Amino acid sequence: MGMIWSFIHKLGSPKWFYGISARLMPWFWVAAVALILVGSAWGLAFAPADYQQGNSFRIIYVHVPAAFLAQSIFVSMAVAGLVYMVWKIKVADMAAAMMAPLGAAMTFVSLFSGAVWGVPTWGTWWMWDARLTSMLILLFLYLGVIALRGAFTSRDSASRAASVLAMVGVINIPIIKYSVDWWYTLHQPATFTITGRAAMPMEMWAPLLIMVLGFYSFFIALTLMRTRSEILRRESNKRWVRDLAGETR
Amino acid sequence: MAGSETQLTSGDGRSVSRREPGGGLAVALWATLRRDLLLLMRRRSEVLNPLVFFALVITLFPIGISPDPQLLATIAPGLLWVAALLAALLSLDSLFRGDYDDGSLEQLLLTPQPLPMLALAKVTVHWLLTGLPLALMAPVLGIMLSLPAGSYLVLAFSLALGTASLSLIGAIGAALTVGLSRGGVLISLLVLPLYIPVLIFGAGAVQAAVVGDGAAAHLAILGALLALSLMLAPWAIAASLRISING
Repeated sequence: MGMIWSFIHKLGSPKWFYGISARLMPWFWVAAVALILVGSAWGLAFAPADYQQGNSFRIIYVHVPAAFLAQSIFVSMAVAGLVYMVWKIKVADMAAAMMAPLGAAMTFVSLFSGAVWGVPTWGTWWMWDARLTSMLILLFLYLGVIALRGAFTSRDSASRAASVLAMVGVINIPIIKYSVDWWYTLHQPATFTITGRAAMPMEMWAPLLIMVLGFYSFFIALTLMRTRSEILRRESNKRWVRDLAGETR
Repeated sequence: MAGSETQLTSGDGRSVSRREPGGGLAVALWATLRRDLLLLMRRRSEVLNPLVFFALVITLFPIGISPDPQLLATIAPGLLWVAALLAALLSLDSLFRGDYDDGSLEQLLLTPQPLPMLALAKVTVHWLLTGLPLALMAPVLGIMLSLPAGSYLVLAFSLALGTASLSLIGAIGAALTVGLSRGGVLISLLVLPLYIPVLIFGAGAVQAAVVGDGAAAHLAILGALLALSLMLAPWAIAASLRISING
């Protein structure tokens, strides 16, 4: 127990985090680039075409990983917010602040790729499909958290307010998701629905799995990188940051 | 509950009886309820404005879409619910604003009573003077939209139940933005996405009543949403108020 606590306390120190992240970050960048390159080459060029949708199904290699990240990032943001509120670990809040724009971007990517996929499949750019609608609401939740953080002049208040809102949001995400599903089944329009996702052959899902892992590595690498620069920005008047700047100058 | 009598002995030996203001939570809740009701009854326009807004928005739709009774009847459940939701949203900004400006919110934070309960009392007043009147007024506007007979009771009941959740969730947004000088638009951005489940089941209840499906399932879920927000929202409101005051 004592070891775990000392680990958490170390993790809470921006200086220690700055050091350890410098060693971890390159690995995640290498993994991200390699996995995304392999996954997209395999998925876009070598995986077989879908018998029903032809080549347009290949957009799932971007759409599905982006949708996964969009949801995971919101949850991570809320967990970081909780850690910040309970243990006052500043690094957690910096990471949460840095994650939010990426989460919003991923939500947008999944919406956009869903819309593009809709053109050959549904014959229209937008359908009030349950999953698209939930994603759109998620985008608004992200924009709310980002806007709230930006609205405060005091950084401490901004951090705490954004943490509370992220936690409120994460409690609501499953409720929103289930109510949108219920709403959609009540107003089910006659559309094409994907069935038999489990029946996807290995040649199709293996590149998808690689892409998902690649996107997650990219998320971790980018968050580490952006948190590092945020640490330097917020701690710029600390001695160790000044020493660091002195060394490199 | 009752105030405690304390015997103080003054300098010259005479004993002075001083009655301290009563301590219990129930007293504090009652006092908060009474004070907020009284304040709002003195500013009637704040109570009336959301109702006028509700009626105005409902007037806009036939003008903007079509006066055709059949078309209006099909979209009436959704229109009534969306308009009522926006009216409830409009009134949120003033929920803590006055108390923040005159400093009584700080006093509320300093009381020995649990802040979530006091916040709950304030939200109750907000619902009593916004959500409930909106629910009572909705059937009249339903007539204007030729809402089919038999769904009026469900409309009023779903709105009464739903606006209670809306007040609770909205109060989180109001508490987060009360310290900001321009929180008006921000509050809708924060709160509207969280309103969607209530809208789905509220409008769904009226729709079900129109079709004749029975609205009980929808109303039950609205009740469940209210139970959940009653349990969780007061804590979030209290935490948000602390952030806004100490910020």
